[in-house]
Amino acid sequence: MSVDAETVRRVAHLARIAVADEEIEHLQGELNAILAFVEQLAEVDVEGVEPMTSVTPMAMKMRKDKVTDGGIADAIMTNAPAREDHFFLVPKVVE
Amino acid sequence: MTELTSLTLAQARDALRRKEFSACELADAHLAAVEQARALNAFVLETPDRARAMARAAEARLAKGEGGPLEGLPLGIKDLFCTKGVRTTACSHILENFVPTYESTVTANLWRDGAVLLGKLNNDEFAMGSSTETSYFGPAVSPWRRRGTDAKLVPGGSSGGSAAAVAANLCVGATGTDTGGSIRQPAAFCGIVGVKPTYGRCSRWGIVAFASSLDQAGPFARTVHDCAILLRSMAGHDPRDTTCADLPVPDYEKAVGASVKGMRIGIPREYRIPGMASEIETLWQRGAQWLKDGGAETIDISLPATKYALPAYYIVAPAEASSNLARYDGVRYGLRVPGRDITEMYERTRAAGFGKEVRRRIMIGTYVLSAGYYDAYYLRAQKVRTLIKRDFEQSFAQGIDAILTPTTPSAAFAVGEKGRVDPIEMYLNDIFTVTVNMAGLPGISVPSGLDANGLPLGLQLIGRPFEEETLFALGAVIEQAAGRFTPKRWW
Repeated sequence: MSVDAETVRRVAHLARIAVADEEIEHLQGELNAILAFVEQLAEVDVEGVEPMTSVTPMAMKMRKDKVTDGGIADAIMTNAPAREDHFFLVPKVVE
Repeated sequence: MTELTSLTLAQARDALRRKEFSACELADAHLAAVEQARALNAFVLETPDRARAMARAAEARLAKGEGGPLEGLPLGIKDLFCTKGVRTTACSHILENFVPTYESTVTANLWRDGAVLLGKLNNDEFAMGSSTETSYFGPAVSPWRRRGTDAKLVPGGSSGGSAAAVAANLCVGATGTDTGGSIRQPAAFCGIVGVKPTYGRCSRWGIVAFASSLDQAGPFARTVHDCAILLRSMAGHDPRDTTCADLPVPDYEKAVGASVKGMRIGIPREYRIPGMASEIETLWQRGAQWLKDGGAETIDISLPATKYALPAYYIVAPAEASSNLARYDGVRYGLRVPGRDITEMYERTRAAGFGKEVRRRIMIGTYVLSAGYYDAYYLRAQKVRTLIKRDFEQSFAQGIDAILTPTTPSAAFAVGEKGRVDPIEMYLNDIFTVTVNMAGLPGISVPSGLDANGLPLGLQLIGRPFEEETLFALGAVIEQAAGRFTPKRWW
């Protein structure tokens, strides 16, 4: 499988990465080189093979459904690029 | 004070306990070495004030006889580990000014045991690379040079700053992370020891995530013994990482020097790849002989799915990365580039904040997870991963204790030499190491010789899950036979 320019634009948008028109062709080439490389997986017989979900056998750990941390709003806000009190500021999203 | 910086971690630890010098003297000697080695670009942040304060506190505890296992030992920390109040960037523009308000579990364990922070070490951006050239802060440089030239060589990656700093005697040990070979490959390129523990041995909490099912923290040091000491402090259960194993941490130091008599060492035929340098083949055979001389037995084995590990990795790792890196949106932390609306803000922020390799991997990951392609790529890769792990399990079930392979298909290359045109060329560096991450196993790289240009080469040992002790015992045998390798100082 290989990607066309339109797919590169669509994937970039899905990934929320702005891509300029003049970058498309180059990116397309790089993505197709990687996709060609992984293409060899198609020759592996995976009939009846379970996909890996956990690399080491481990039971899902459970804990009581109670608050174990919190009350650190100041710490959470300190690295925010734009904030007001304990709110993150973003461009207007509701008209 | 050069003699203080050439001590191994174990030697420095024992000398501090005997009060032959103080923790402050040891820290100062290393801080001076760090300052003189800026040409290596190994550190992206030096923390001399913190180092001196930590050394003074260590000094006080040592005086009272209350020193911890790493009391007063100066370490470098890969800039992927969050350090409270100390800038942590993952060597990305998007986190250039990020100062964590919390400490990663692994580094917290090191400070609990008395270690001293010298600074943060260079790495490939978000640990994506095999040469430390994708770092926003510029490439780290190996302390090694090819005989007769002064061309800059890469220290490997992604933990290249860690490997360069340890090899150049700037710190007694360092932390790294290994997702596809990022500890073992730079250790091999820099002539030092690096350990990727079993998945779940060290907590991932507070480490900037790349590919969560593959990432694992581990130590770098100049000897096997030193790595054993460091891993004991780094490892251990952490309720904040649900994939972190709730198992006791052995005293790894005791395994160093233990007999390897009767151990069965697998030599996998699939690691003999076309075009591999003959000196790598020779080194591999020599390594097998050293283990035999130590009383181990070598057995030819087959791991048939090996050739599919790297392509499967380049689906699984970017897929997980695209999901993990979705958090960098310019809202809660990190860089923000304004836009007309929120979508444009996201897109501009991520375009400006991520470097080329990171953008490429996020896009590959996004593509393979997108509607209509998930089964063909991601699901198939996860099935192949099951086959890779099964190969190892079958060998271990047949009584194989550990597997010996070369760490890398070649010695270090020059800065700018690889991956410019074809990204795959760089990816091939990890061909021998990536299988271990895909199967969640422990691996160690031990320096084993020099190539024709005088550059170090490493051998890799792969163990059963949670049997790092076997690797320390076998690694020590190779180290004993091969000797140690030190770069000639030029910086």
